[in-house]
Amino acid sequence: MQTVKMVVTGPFSAGKTQFIQSVSEIDVVATERRISSEEERTVKSATTVAMDFGRITVDQDLVLYLFGTPGQKRFDFMWEILSEGMLGFIVMVDSTRPETFREARSILETFRAYAPTPFVVAANKQDKEDAWELEDMGHALRLDKNTKLLPCVATERDSVKTILLELLYSIMSEMEGS
Amino acid sequence: MALRGNLRDFTITQLLNLINLANKTGTLVIDGASEQAYVSFREGKLAYARIGKEDGSLASVLYKSNKINANQYKAIIDRAGQMSDKELGLLLINAGYVSRDDILMNLQAYFTDQIRRLFTWVEGIFRFENEMLPPDDRINVRLDLENIIIEGSRQLRELEQLQDEIPSLDMALKFTERPLTNVNLSVDEWKVVKFVDPKNTMRQIAKTNRLTEVEVRRIVYGLLQAGLVELVRPADAPLPQSAKPLGPKEIEDKKNLVNKLIGRIRSL
Repeated sequence: MQTVKMVVTGPFSAGKTQFIQSVSEIDVVATERRISSEEERTVKSATTVAMDFGRITVDQDLVLYLFGTPGQKRFDFMWEILSEGMLGFIVMVDSTRPETFREARSILETFRAYAPTPFVVAANKQDKEDAWELEDMGHALRLDKNTKLLPCVATERDSVKTILLELLYSIMSEMEGS
Repeated sequence: MALRGNLRDFTITQLLNLINLANKTGTLVIDGASEQAYVSFREGKLAYARIGKEDGSLASVLYKSNKINANQYKAIIDRAGQMSDKELGLLLINAGYVSRDDILMNLQAYFTDQIRRLFTWVEGIFRFENEMLPPDDRINVRLDLENIIIEGSRQLRELEQLQDEIPSLDMALKFTERPLTNVNLSVDEWKVVKFVDPKNTMRQIAKTNRLTEVEVRRIVYGLLQAGLVELVRPADAPLPQSAKPLGPKEIEDKKNLVNKLIGRIRSL
């Protein structure tokens, strides 16, 4: 049995757990704990402290694992471990919370330094009225024009599928270019 | 959709950078702690700025910059009170009191000062109104934002924020595709720019120029915000295991694997 993995990363409360839940064939093994910080508790009540873990079986010989990283910075020691051997990664960004964009950019640069594998940026919560436009987000995140910044609604399976497919297309095109 | 937020999380410098890169037209409205600011842009260039109830009229700007004296200022207020700034400008030029360049340069300096004041705002709700343009009776300028952005970033002193932006000095820099023209750099900024090359880490650049970590971070932050350079992995850094080149068979195997994954995801 061969296993491959993709990593879903991004700031606290960007929607990583929901993203994995939307496509995983098993209940996501989420290691969530109640939030201890008052400020963070106003955003959501529980967060991922180790990692989320979802699975998609391709056939009897191949399984894709989706790992979600903890969003809070004090758990960033986990990132390097999770990034080892990944096929590619997805950076989730909450389009309605510009205060997290700087952190998202920092996470993106950190992951690129760990492993220069293909990645895409998913602008989550694009269905919300106060979501930033993709073009504005691209500038704020200082993404170059070759980076895929994709609209996303992590609660919708089709939207999550599109993100995963775009990442796979990027992986394929990188291989074709090598 | 909305371009709105809090300055606590998204600084003036970052907003100007975004407006500049996106060539936006409209007005940035900021509700500060005690005042409201209106800063208008046309195609990413600064057009007009006003903070609070400050009198930013042409007469007031020219008086404060000693282009007209107190008597002339009083006469204008008394006799031309109902005139728009555009009409007043023409009148003053035709009367030989000031030149067109005097007017534009003084307005530019005034608006730039207003932006400098905004750099000190760390708290405030902002929103960008696409349809909102400066008042019709006011003269607009057309001022590149790059130099203002660099100056604003010089004022950032918070080490923590700089460290957030540039977590590691072991990264290198390279020039972006934006041309390095019409940009005024300080001596220290030039020292850094001179060594921008994927072979040089920021730590090496700092050491060569005898800059502290904070100083080099501050300079690089300004250059990044102005879109002149970007962070890259140093050219001679060892590639992680996963990035080592694959052989033809490994590539073919990996392609088959990715195709299987694509098929499976599509079928979900």
